[in-house]
Amino acid sequence: MQSSSRSGRPLSPHLQIYRWQYTMALSILHRITGCALSLGLVLFAYWLVALAGGEQTYAQAIGVFSHPITKILLAGFSFAFFFHLLNGVRHLTWDTGHGLERKSARASGWLAFIGAIICTAFFWVLVFNRIAEANA
Amino acid sequence: MSLRSPLGRVLGLGSAKDGAHHWWVQRVSSVALTLLTLWFVAALLALGRLDYAALYVWINRPINASLLVLLTVTLVYHSMLGVQVVVEDYVAGKGAKVASLLVSQFLHLAIGAVGVFSILRIAFGSAA
Repeated sequence: MQSSSRSGRPLSPHLQIYRWQYTMALSILHRITGCALSLGLVLFAYWLVALAGGEQTYAQAIGVFSHPITKILLAGFSFAFFFHLLNGVRHLTWDTGHGLERKSARASGWLAFIGAIICTAFFWVLVFNRIAEANA
Repeated sequence: MSLRSPLGRVLGLGSAKDGAHHWWVQRVSSVALTLLTLWFVAALLALGRLDYAALYVWINRPINASLLVLLTVTLVYHSMLGVQVVVEDYVAGKGAKVASLLVSQFLHLAIGAVGVFSILRIAFGSAA
């Protein structure tokens, strides 16, 4: 960017000039969820460390995991996981040369997004059932 | 007509100097992760009770410990490759870019080491 403005050659229009489209929305969401999941790795490692640390350490970790802020984070991470998984399969399908037509790409995009919301909801219903059963 | 030099064509490596290696290993790790993460989520949900004792017994089984090590290593590897691309795309300036890549890779490897060590500690029964 810097070198081309110094050389006086024309720059292509920047992001804000383009109409927002589902293609770019899903593309950047794949990156954002990927980065979020990279941060989530810290929580995953913490969970393993707490398990290895013994029952007391794990009880402390449960305290951290059941904090409201962590719960919101976990809800976000689970959506990020399911979206990145489904959209990742979409990308892998594209790599084989299939599903690239406008119509099927749009359909698979919606499938990945709506599918991720449904998977997240389904996952938490199952988890809350487990917790309710354990407490009953 | 190709824009590539005869030497470049022979080496087949392109401007990134490692050919399609990064692209390929990111796909391989993503295919592995679709299987490993689905196993992980399904196994945890199938476990029913998610308390310390149940999880400890679960990780103690060799097959679960092995798969969990694979999952952790592949997660860290895939994440490291992904963050690398994001850094290369958005961090301007060579110094900042190299520094960010170093920090990312060190942190990823540290998380991987800690995670794998914890799994093995439980699997070998040396956890507290």
